[in-house]
Amino acid sequence: MFILIVGAGRVGSAVAKSALAAGHVVSVLDEDPLSHERLDAGQSQNWEDAEGQFTVGTALEIDALIQAGVERADVFIASTAGDNTNLIIAQIAQKRFGVEKVIVRVMDPARAAWYGEQGLHTISPTRHAIEMFERALQPETEPASP
Amino acid sequence: MYAIIVGAGKVGRNLARELIAKGHEVTLIESSRSCYLAIEEEFEHAAQYGDATELWVLERSGIQRADLVIAVTGDDEDNMLVCQVAREKYLCDRVIARVNNPRNHDHFRLLGIQPAVSATDLILRLIEHEVPSYGLVHLLALEEERLEIIELEVSPDAPTVGQKLADIALPEGSLIISVLRGGSGFVPKPDTVIQGGDEVLLVLDPGLEEAITAYFAADGRPADA
Repeated sequence: MFILIVGAGRVGSAVAKSALAAGHVVSVLDEDPLSHERLDAGQSQNWEDAEGQFTVGTALEIDALIQAGVERADVFIASTAGDNTNLIIAQIAQKRFGVEKVIVRVMDPARAAWYGEQGLHTISPTRHAIEMFERALQPETEPASP
Repeated sequence: MYAIIVGAGKVGRNLARELIAKGHEVTLIESSRSCYLAIEEEFEHAAQYGDATELWVLERSGIQRADLVIAVTGDDEDNMLVCQVAREKYLCDRVIARVNNPRNHDHFRLLGIQPAVSATDLILRLIEHEVPSYGLVHLLALEEERLEIIELEVSPDAPTVGQKLADIALPEGSLIISVLRGGSGFVPKPDTVIQGGDEVLLVLDPGLEEAITAYFAADGRPADA
């Protein structure tokens, strides 16, 4: 599969590396040229030698998206630092370029829930953290009395 | 009318003042603390602090009963998101968005956010109006209705000069609605004769500009811009 990941922060770069290792074609778009270093970190060969693609550009610029290969992407992952940017570029990928599978990182659980209902596949790290805290706070199941 | 204005920069603040002066109820939402403190003195309870892309902030501002939502922050993604949520989640059918970067205009259109106002486009329109060599001026584009109103100066050598309106076979989907001559305008009748130097106002379907220009430019060709 061709996977386009926009935003190579901690999450984006880690997903990019594991997708590449799993044998997918992976293209990464980020506005910061230095974010490339995250793709090389901890790898035996650098990103390009491993046949990863990297484009410097802003995701709202159609030219940058096209250069990064949005037109042939099977999967689009929006993982920039901004919720609103992610939600907008995900809809551009979906509605303008017809990308079949669009996954969006949305920190705000409320927006993640509503856009999820509208047909976007949203992932809210905050929601997951809240649930894990809630679970951790629950009284442990009664240990069997000795 | 109840209007929510998102973004209390120069645009948002002045819009709020104007609407309040006209007797409307306004809430002005600002996400920067320092900017909020500055506007709070002037607007008091009409000013609210918060990030309007957060749903609870919009709800606290009474988005459910808003008649109009105006998003004029300096960030196009925020403006798009606020308007999209206002329209689709809270069913507010009148939204107005500011476009900061004209290259983002397509994105607003893609998400169905209209009208989207761009200062750059407005200034370009004015330039067209002020610089006569442009020939054709777009006065109004109703994108959803797919109609345009344009203004054209009639060249003295145009093929239509000296013809009665009734005899000019304009393309389907276009109509002359007004003629400006000698500083005043009138609604033409079938026997109105087109003269060189007239300015004609037409309403037409988008895409007919070039075909129409041929009727009123010299030798039936558009003037060099």
